[in-house]
Amino acid sequence: MPVSWLILIVLAIALVGYMAGRMRIAGFHGAERPHSLPNYYGWNVAMKAMVPAFLLLVVWLIVQPFVVNSTVSAQLGEGAVPEGASMGLVMSDVRRVAEGLDAAVAQGLMSPEQVTDLRTEFSNVRERIAAAGVALGSNVTAPVLAAAQTWRKMNNTGTLMMSAVVLGLALAGAGWGLAQTKRAFRARNTVESGVRILLLSAASIAILTTIGIMLSLIGNTIHFFRIYPAADFFGSFTWSPSFGGGSQLGIWPLLWGTFYISIIALVVAVPIGLFAAVYLSEYAGPKFRAWAKPMLEVLAGIPTIVYGLFALLTVGPLLLSVFGRDGLGWMQAGTAVMTAGLVMGIMLIPFVSSLSDDIINAVPQSLRDGSYGLGATKSETIKQVILPAALPGIVGAILLAASRAIGETMIVVLGAGAAARLSLNPFDAMTTVTAKIVSQLTGDADFASPEALVAFALGMTLFVMTLGLNVFALYIVRKYREQYE
Amino acid sequence: MYDAPLRNANVEALNTKIAAKDVQVYYGDTHAIKDVSVNLLDNTVTAFIGPSGCGKSTFLRCLNRMNDTIDICRVEGLISLDDEDIYDKRVDPVQLRAKVGMVFQKPNPFPKSIYDNVAYGPKIHGMAKSKAELDEIVEKALRRAAIWNEVKDRLHAPGTGLSGGQQQRLCIARAIATEPEVLLMDEPCSALDPIATAQVEELIDELRTNYSVVIVTHSMQQAARVSQKTAFFHLGNLVEYGETSQIFTNPVDPRTESYITGRIG
Repeated sequence: MPVSWLILIVLAIALVGYMAGRMRIAGFHGAERPHSLPNYYGWNVAMKAMVPAFLLLVVWLIVQPFVVNSTVSAQLGEGAVPEGASMGLVMSDVRRVAEGLDAAVAQGLMSPEQVTDLRTEFSNVRERIAAAGVALGSNVTAPVLAAAQTWRKMNNTGTLMMSAVVLGLALAGAGWGLAQTKRAFRARNTVESGVRILLLSAASIAILTTIGIMLSLIGNTIHFFRIYPAADFFGSFTWSPSFGGGSQLGIWPLLWGTFYISIIALVVAVPIGLFAAVYLSEYAGPKFRAWAKPMLEVLAGIPTIVYGLFALLTVGPLLLSVFGRDGLGWMQAGTAVMTAGLVMGIMLIPFVSSLSDDIINAVPQSLRDGSYGLGATKSETIKQVILPAALPGIVGAILLAASRAIGETMIVVLGAGAAARLSLNPFDAMTTVTAKIVSQLTGDADFASPEALVAFALGMTLFVMTLGLNVFALYIVRKYREQYE
Repeated sequence: MYDAPLRNANVEALNTKIAAKDVQVYYGDTHAIKDVSVNLLDNTVTAFIGPSGCGKSTFLRCLNRMNDTIDICRVEGLISLDDEDIYDKRVDPVQLRAKVGMVFQKPNPFPKSIYDNVAYGPKIHGMAKSKAELDEIVEKALRRAAIWNEVKDRLHAPGTGLSGGQQQRLCIARAIATEPEVLLMDEPCSALDPIATAQVEELIDELRTNYSVVIVTHSMQQAARVSQKTAFFHLGNLVEYGETSQIFTNPVDPRTESYITGRIG
């Protein structure tokens, strides 16, 4: 039975249980009023039918492949592995054969009995499976076929058992819930704790995923530093990966590029964004504001690849015509730190302005009144009262924009070029950590080589940097909040 | 007056400081103040009393053009300070507000140090030529607001760290630091406990020697304690205006009597 059917049946059991639970309690009225509303009794039954059944289903689906895999590879033994291959390759052959046999049965090319009686000595399994649409790389040997048969048999029994146990559990759960459905049973409280567990598990999934990402990053980074000295990674000022070996993988040119482009982006975004926010929140009339704020936020909705195209096709050539060979002669090509920085700055304007606008609006009106009441003008009030009061939030917004700038990839790939170099000229092409992670992992490189694994070390460095930035932002916000509120 | 630099209040005995004639205020379509005419005296504490929503705070905010900061608010009629129309086009409301200071219902110290809170007004109006002069202005204002002894050792601590009563006295110090001629107080004690209220009331009585003080209050005991003149507002009208003792003992209008005896309001 396919899993989707199983899920539907369990849901149907839960639904029936819900209605049965409701009906069972609905008979009580007046002095015999039950503890909770009928809904809660229904939900209690549905919950008890669904939750254990689905949990078991998930666990089973995860565990079964492991069990089958280890049993079948034990059956094959080391002898079945040919020269120059690995157990993994043989096992993938086994899987393909099993899939092919299943497909052949499903398409009616072979009857289930024929499949079970199949012998490599009498028929060409490879051709028969190919007829069902599954192509194999080599002829099927007898041990592989036997293993594939075991594979199929175990999977079939496993799925059958799973269906039976899951359905049994769902029915048992529904029965338990129905048995509980009595007048005095506190169904409302039970459902409440069920909701709590649901919310808790959603929160833990987010946290566990983060931990998982970190662990995989750390594992691969450690792997990288085993084959490439950390002293060279952090100490060298040259980035020249060569896939033939002998590469120099110094992080500094990339960090410098990241830093330089981010600084330019922030120099563009922070004043413009902040002034726009001040105008929108303090000066603009409600009509202009209602029109302008969504327009600014549209900027935030543009995919970064579109900004990248804008950098490549519009801003780059424009800068080149002014600073290039025909103009001041500082710029060699359209792709440069300045191009990427300017466009990234434009991308960040709505981040800074939208967040700052909210923060400035949150400054109490009483402070404005107090300042106006002393005879201060609007700009004096903004400069000396509102901005200091909003400072922690604004710093938070700027640091958020900074982490976006550091993590940005597409604009850099298209706008800044690919040359890793240490230069002070903002019209030179440079590259960033993120852009290099992409180029190191998208090549044909052997995944175990330092040239590919360096991507994880770069990612880890980036992660530590943005984490540091966030911690710093939190520190600033806390420090000033204590003082002001 | 017309963009003139600030000058000290000329203290003459009980002449009219602010004169309002046929003042109408509209919030959008709502007619909030109707035909109010009143003469507020110098060196006098005038109390505005009346039930909630009667327009006393709105009228107070007309006196230093704070209503200008509200878009939908429209003021008609004549209000003059020392016989000069404050709604005249040539008057800069920003300069006017330095001369007609205001203290608000809720203490609203700026997120700055105590010193900077008080120095804020003098600084933006260029009243001090040197740091020493500014220090002097700040100290004088804090002394007059009767808070100097409590804060002199921590002038550079944040003003928001003070207690509610201290914060309100700091706001009063901030308002008198710009040497206003009139001080408007919008329910200055409503967020304070009885002890802080008593301190602020004592302060208001002292401020009378230098300023014309106008105070909006919900507490009739407070109006009776601190004011010499009382104006009773009801539904946007100025019902009765006179000597405080007369209003509270022998009101002319039946509505005033009903309010002070607790039958309406």
